[in-house]
Amino acid sequence: MLTKGKVTGIVSNLVTVLLEGPVGENELCFINLGGVRMMAEVIKVNGRYAQVQVFESTRGLSVGDSVEFEGRMLEATLGPGLLSSVYDGLQNDLRTMEGVFLKRGEYTDPLDHEKLWHFTPIAKPGDKVVAADWLGGVEEGWLPHKIMVPFSFKGEFTVKQVKEEGEYNIDTVIAVLVNEEGDDVPVTMSQKWPVKIAVKGYKEKPRPDRIMETGVRVIDTFNPIAEGGTGFIPGPFGCGKTVLQHAIAKQGDADVIVMAACGERANEVVEIFTEFPELIDPHTGRHLMERTTIICNTSNMPVAAREASVYTAMTICEYYRAMGLKCLLLADSTSRWAQALREMSNRMEELPGADAFPVDLSAIISNFYSRAGMVILNNGQRGAVTFIGTVSPAGGNLKEPVTESTKKAARCFYALEQNRADQKRYPAVNPIDSYSKYLEYPEIQQYLEETVERGWVDKVLRAKNIIRRGKESAEQINILGDDGVPMSYHILFWKSELVDFIILQQDGFDPVDSLCPMERQRYMLDLVLDICGKEFDFADFEKCRDYFKNIINLLRQMNYSTFGSDDFSAYESQVKKLLEENGK
Amino acid sequence: MANKVYQRVYTQLESITKATVSLRASGVSNDELAVVGGRLAQVVRIKGEVVTLQIFSGTEGIPTNAEVVFLGEPPTLKVSDALAGRFFDAYGHPIDGGPEVDGEEREIGGPSVNPYKRRQPSQLIPTGIAGIDLNNTLVSGQKIPFFADPDQPYNKVMADVAMRADVDKIILGGMGLSNDDYLFFRHEFEAAGALDKIICFINTTENPPVERLLIPDMALTAAEYFAVDKNEKVLVLLTDMTLYADALSIVSNRMDQIPSKDSMPGSLYSDLAKIYEKAVQLPTEGSITIIAVTTLNDGDITHAIPDNTGYITEGQLFLRVDTDSGKVIIDPFRSLSRLKQLVQGKKTREDHSQVMNAGVRLFADAQNAKTKLENGFDLSDYDHRCLAYAKEYATRLLSIDVNISIDEMLDTAWELFAKYFSPAETGIKQAFIDKYWNGDKVSI
Repeated sequence: MLTKGKVTGIVSNLVTVLLEGPVGENELCFINLGGVRMMAEVIKVNGRYAQVQVFESTRGLSVGDSVEFEGRMLEATLGPGLLSSVYDGLQNDLRTMEGVFLKRGEYTDPLDHEKLWHFTPIAKPGDKVVAADWLGGVEEGWLPHKIMVPFSFKGEFTVKQVKEEGEYNIDTVIAVLVNEEGDDVPVTMSQKWPVKIAVKGYKEKPRPDRIMETGVRVIDTFNPIAEGGTGFIPGPFGCGKTVLQHAIAKQGDADVIVMAACGERANEVVEIFTEFPELIDPHTGRHLMERTTIICNTSNMPVAAREASVYTAMTICEYYRAMGLKCLLLADSTSRWAQALREMSNRMEELPGADAFPVDLSAIISNFYSRAGMVILNNGQRGAVTFIGTVSPAGGNLKEPVTESTKKAARCFYALEQNRADQKRYPAVNPIDSYSKYLEYPEIQQYLEETVERGWVDKVLRAKNIIRRGKESAEQINILGDDGVPMSYHILFWKSELVDFIILQQDGFDPVDSLCPMERQRYMLDLVLDICGKEFDFADFEKCRDYFKNIINLLRQMNYSTFGSDDFSAYESQVKKLLEENGK
Repeated sequence: MANKVYQRVYTQLESITKATVSLRASGVSNDELAVVGGRLAQVVRIKGEVVTLQIFSGTEGIPTNAEVVFLGEPPTLKVSDALAGRFFDAYGHPIDGGPEVDGEEREIGGPSVNPYKRRQPSQLIPTGIAGIDLNNTLVSGQKIPFFADPDQPYNKVMADVAMRADVDKIILGGMGLSNDDYLFFRHEFEAAGALDKIICFINTTENPPVERLLIPDMALTAAEYFAVDKNEKVLVLLTDMTLYADALSIVSNRMDQIPSKDSMPGSLYSDLAKIYEKAVQLPTEGSITIIAVTTLNDGDITHAIPDNTGYITEGQLFLRVDTDSGKVIIDPFRSLSRLKQLVQGKKTREDHSQVMNAGVRLFADAQNAKTKLENGFDLSDYDHRCLAYAKEYATRLLSIDVNISIDEMLDTAWELFAKYFSPAETGIKQAFIDKYWNGDKVSI
């Protein structure tokens, strides 16, 4: 028997309900407003009253309106057809909604029930299986999509029968399992999972041991992110957070990309679903959209669904991870999610923490980041969820609660800097403050030494050191003047500018430069370090400046040219010529 | 929503603050309008039997026994083609002496456009101002504010942009406009002979501040009528959004909400996003472009209002005085149009984005040279050239009084590059140097 209730209070999207029976924390309910059923979620219970956050506008709602509880939490529907979909934060399919405007109480099915999928069995009758074990597979685009024992199944099951190879829709019973009590349990191609609970069903979660290539030099070379790792990108507005995230989404070496546009601009989502179907995945040659799912809860959509959107996105990633795939989750921006929490906490009149955010903000954020990771599945295969979130710190000040809480949870930190953005040094990632903890992992170091080149990690540290010493020299030059410092300061400064312009900076809008594969990154870093390792001699600092500007310009032209092309080699030989004139 | 058959009158207020009143009432719905002692009010909170109303014109002189009548519906605007050429107050009543407009009654602050039904903005909006067209190109369906100190001529620039833009309707939402500025806009629109495509919703400094909260929704409801129903290109001007946000904080303060940064309500981001996200390019020709003004306190963009705005809008145009040229310029460092790459080099000449970047980078070098000069150091030859370049660049391109075509802007930039620099110093792609460099290419 499901509980019912009546509305007794309304403050914006926080509604108080007088309960007629028991409810659970985070239980879903529907509020009836003149025939329109609006979804809401219990966030606090106090005596006979529950406070629920409504995922819609509460305009027109009155005291006394009826509420029906659902006996379940907010769930994601999982099955073939998730890829290339565009969902809102509650996983409604935005493509199948009618009309230009979003209507209240309109909920659409996340998956197509008509579409037939070509199913191939994996499990055989008599097999012993547990939750998340593979029963069969379908082809979703070019991806092998596994049909699994639903995550919610507890205990061991015996496979009684599996459908033979053929075309089925997602509602077809493709397997019958027998539980420990001897009852038959049917399994279809779709299942549901409560989004706020992490999907388990793997054997172990070891430390990440390889990097995920993004084609962005300042990440891959300087601060690599691990496959199954976590990172975050804080930065004031206008510093290129979104451009950087889109570059990672386009180029990231992953099988599945889920982008959660959480409280951000609608036009940015439009950009994704306009451009992605045209763009080609550099790793497989297939259309990018085929491996992408968009969860979009833009800033003008209801606040409560904003919070749900990141959980929905994570659940979809975990689902694909259980198939042994590499997933990448990008959330832009986690600050908007935190702000949604703040708005609700404020309406509930809770005692606030720093900057009026709820006191458990830090715990909520680290709990969410911990859902990422590389896992070894029960069958020994590996899968991964790599998570990169952006943070929009108020006033660009990194000493604010969301940035600080995220810093404790994420292993990579890509600090975008106003100053660099002002100078159009994109991506404006601060080379000194940013870090990747993975660079300190022996497993990752070994991986880089084996796959990139021997001594790579030392080279990266050398490049970082050049930047650091260049900054110190620049400070001295600023204090003492161009003529007040020895020539060596100028040379140090210009060497760091060389690393900055050629390795750190990258033109995200140039078709060649925007994607820089690891092999090319290695080549350019070797070349740049080779130049930095030389000793130069100049008559005055202006000669030094002009000389390095010429070298930088030539190397930039190399960055703009196709790797190994005639142009590329021509510019390189010009560089070599300059180096013969000066430098040993 | 149908009107109620009978209207119950309440006469007992339980509490009164500067902006809100509370009373016991039943059958009241969220967001609905009421009349309290003859003044318009809106339901903002219901707690059991106690209903809190925000009174738009303030509570001065309201007695505890004021008559309260609930109207059963949220604020609405009557929309039709007859809106064109008219001036209204925050409630949508004419203030130009003309008759009331008849038409379909629509709730203001309605639902959002399904993001999937949007199209990517791609129509260039040329303004003739190089600080905008060259460095921060505007696109239809964009939302972008001017960030300006109160002493900058932002309303003048905005009026210039509006008059030059090729759009079907211009809708002005004036919040806390001084009477002089209101008359300025009126005069500009009349002088341009553009009255037939103008619609104004005006709240001046003489009107109560809380009334301002209705202005953006009124303006955007009218805009949606013309963009969605009539497939027109609509430009919405909102000035000044800082005063709008101040009104929000007054109401939230009176409702005892815990303030977040800079005593603004915790929901400021969502409140502002609801307005700005109405900017849209529809699959039809229709579009809504929003140009707003956010006044700053001494150039401080870290204050909660400009900060939240910057995260919502697609860039910002930052006005400041350039001390070297004495001109008001669009600051090339702090300004940004996030949609510029959708038209640069596509709707404009191929060299646009590289010329823009080189121009700004060299201007930044000039700023460094200036710092050196101020610190008493000798300047190099390059520094001197940068400084001379910067002055001419500011005067001929960044200044807001420029009015030339985009090709002329690009040609001017190439002319300045050749006059002061070598090709290598600009860092522009060789292919473009070969094609557009007009002058001596010897590197120095």
